[in-house]
Amino acid sequence: MESLERNFTLQVPSSTANLALIREFVSSTASQAGFSENDIAKLELAVDEACANVIEHAYGHDISKEVVVRVRLDDETLKIDIEDTGNGFDPELVNQEELEQLVNKRKTGGLGMRLMKTLMDEVRYEIEPGKKNALHMMKRLKK
Amino acid sequence: MPSPFSIATDSADGFAIISLEGAVDAHTAPKFEEAVQSVIDAEQYKIVVDCEKLTYISSAGLGVFMGFIEEVRDEGGDIKICGLSEKVKQPFEILGFETLYDFCPDVESAKKQFDEPVKGGF
Repeated sequence: MESLERNFTLQVPSSTANLALIREFVSSTASQAGFSENDIAKLELAVDEACANVIEHAYGHDISKEVVVRVRLDDETLKIDIEDTGNGFDPELVNQEELEQLVNKRKTGGLGMRLMKTLMDEVRYEIEPGKKNALHMMKRLKK
Repeated sequence: MPSPFSIATDSADGFAIISLEGAVDAHTAPKFEEAVQSVIDAEQYKIVVDCEKLTYISSAGLGVFMGFIEEVRDEGGDIKICGLSEKVKQPFEILGFETLYDFCPDVESAKKQFDEPVKGGF
């Protein structure tokens, strides 16, 4: 039997004040899907990092913009889509230096991307500069 | 409900103890940064960050530890991290913090750790 996909969407003003709400939303849907507490913590962190990037970098703290988080659940996976219409950036250019090098250069950027890639099973970007950027992440449900 | 964030700083015996409670994310990390800056401005360089009541931290919070460590060590001090739960420790481990920072079970053991050489290559 084909598994039924369930969709959940949260749309909030682009403010870091809403990151806690976004984490709650992801945590609730992942819990409903049967993810372990450990995996829920990973999902919360990955989505927080992605949305913080959108709020701070793509939208530059412009609260008139909105952050849209879509969660799609099926029997085997949880997929998250986060779209924005801000300034896209090439994730391949994001710094992947070691922690010590970052500290030496007094740089703290690029950590969020590294966390996302480690925490999720799949992380993929689609960038259309000036039009739409989309981040797709996926985590498999361990049975 | 999301856990509320609060921060407290306590100075005694030459140590500055910064206690974090709740979630440190991109919204609350600036408060943490201000607290660390305040103790440095007061020329206190032996800093213990007590994370016993910390329920969550994202890269914005981890960036605060990174942003000050070199300055603090240049002054002969260090930033020790204590009381982390296994769940909250996860992002620290993923990013390799254990190569540069001392993790201690509690405030008292963190204070004693200042007698040892600092971690990392600087």
